[in-house]
Amino acid sequence: MIQEQRLPGSLPESERELRRRFLQDVLLVPGSEKVSRCLQCGACTGSCPVSYAMDISPRTVVALFRAGQIEEILRSRTIWICASCYMCTTRCPQGIQITDLLYALKRTAMDAGLFPYRFPVYLLSKSFVRIVNRYGRNHEGLLLAGYYLPQNPFALLRLLPLGWKMFLRGRVGLFPRKIKGVKAIRMMLAAAHTLEMPSRSHDVEYEKNMVGYRAVG
Amino acid sequence: MSVNYAYYPGCSLECAGRPYDESLRAVFRSLGVPIVELDDWNCCGATMYMSVDETVSLAVGARNLALAEHQGFRELIAPCSGCYTVLLKTNRFLRESPALKAKVDLVLGKAGLRYDLTVNVRHPLDVLVNDVGLDAVALAAKRALNGLQVAPYYGCQIVRPERGFDDREFPTTMDRLFERLGASCVYFPHKTRCCGTMLMTTFPDVALKLVGEILESAIANGAHCVITTCPMCQVNLEAYQKRLARKFGIAHDIPVLYFTQLLGVAFGCSEKELGLKRNLVPLNAPLAELVSSPAR
Repeated sequence: MIQEQRLPGSLPESERELRRRFLQDVLLVPGSEKVSRCLQCGACTGSCPVSYAMDISPRTVVALFRAGQIEEILRSRTIWICASCYMCTTRCPQGIQITDLLYALKRTAMDAGLFPYRFPVYLLSKSFVRIVNRYGRNHEGLLLAGYYLPQNPFALLRLLPLGWKMFLRGRVGLFPRKIKGVKAIRMMLAAAHTLEMPSRSHDVEYEKNMVGYRAVG
Repeated sequence: MSVNYAYYPGCSLECAGRPYDESLRAVFRSLGVPIVELDDWNCCGATMYMSVDETVSLAVGARNLALAEHQGFRELIAPCSGCYTVLLKTNRFLRESPALKAKVDLVLGKAGLRYDLTVNVRHPLDVLVNDVGLDAVALAAKRALNGLQVAPYYGCQIVRPERGFDDREFPTTMDRLFERLGASCVYFPHKTRCCGTMLMTTFPDVALKLVGEILESAIANGAHCVITTCPMCQVNLEAYQKRLARKFGIAHDIPVLYFTQLLGVAFGCSEKELGLKRNLVPLNAPLAELVSSPAR
């Protein structure tokens, strides 16, 4: 197998592509330039109620990002475990919006298809988006059905007792209702998708000398 | 001075959060503050869309803001914490970033809508305490909540991401509201601790631990009930109490009400109006006594 020839310190093609996409996402978020100010104090990790279940702590995510190892973050459990409670963002002494950074990383990982087969968060997200696109509103029953059926139909059975109790109390909507403007929403979504596209396929010049935190600092 | 409030229930309040919807309407009715449901509202996009596509998620949320503006409202009440945060965030992004605003304008144009950034997104708790005022609320009360020990649970989304109307780690709006009505709010350090939200579906073990900690804190500090401001938190805190008992061997048996339900009890609304029978954990003795006590 022929190895890719690279200059010392330069990045593999896949890494460059990931970084380019990621920076475009992250730079759109107002206030994102603050990542360069990180002190590595760890207030984010200490404040996170779920950091114990992560493989890379939030502090390390920022460190890896500045070192330019975005792919390693994208392949971690961390971005998917985040419950977006914003405690890290609240307590960060440098005002870095860590939760929004993790959102941007999630988006990039999904675009790049970097997650295990039948990955729960992705399935849930997909199920949700499908329902909203069809009806204009979410429907909890369909959401859970769309989530469990492709991966583990038996888990759906385990939910039945709770579902039945909720049903008896009138807290389950049986049929989803379409809103009047659902066609307009679909048109909007189609337009929004085409707007997202072009921003992801130019700017090759731009990323050449942009590595890690220098890119956003 | 009267303000026109648009009411944006959000998808959850149509199914699992129905008691929240019913009790919220009852509370505003008792206060004589009219709220009008936004016509043809759509899903706010929630955090699900945020984690997929930015322009798309902003456009989905912005449609509601544009509709509110078009229908002549300046204030939009969003009771679900998720909707509240997403709509507030959409508003902020559109105000701060002309690039995103231009994109969203283009997208809204496809639906024949435009948005001029004139709508404020509000949480009902904020409206009740800061617009209506504690005095007016106390005046409308027909029952004193004396003797009731309450653990007010704010969750993450209404106080934190968008620097809403209260402190981000130790908010007191609900405490002040219910203390004024005669209840006592217990020491509750977990009042803004995360309930795990959708992790209950994707990584249940992680979420169960979080819920267990919150309930334990409320019970240990002597609360008779937990009150919440969010349909997601309410279901998470209420529906998994048996599973927690099986998993950790500790009984976490405590009613979890929407704050509007307890407020409605103080206003003398009927059990049916407040949807109290829809809660999964039945009312315990102190609450049941209160509900059956005569209203003034």
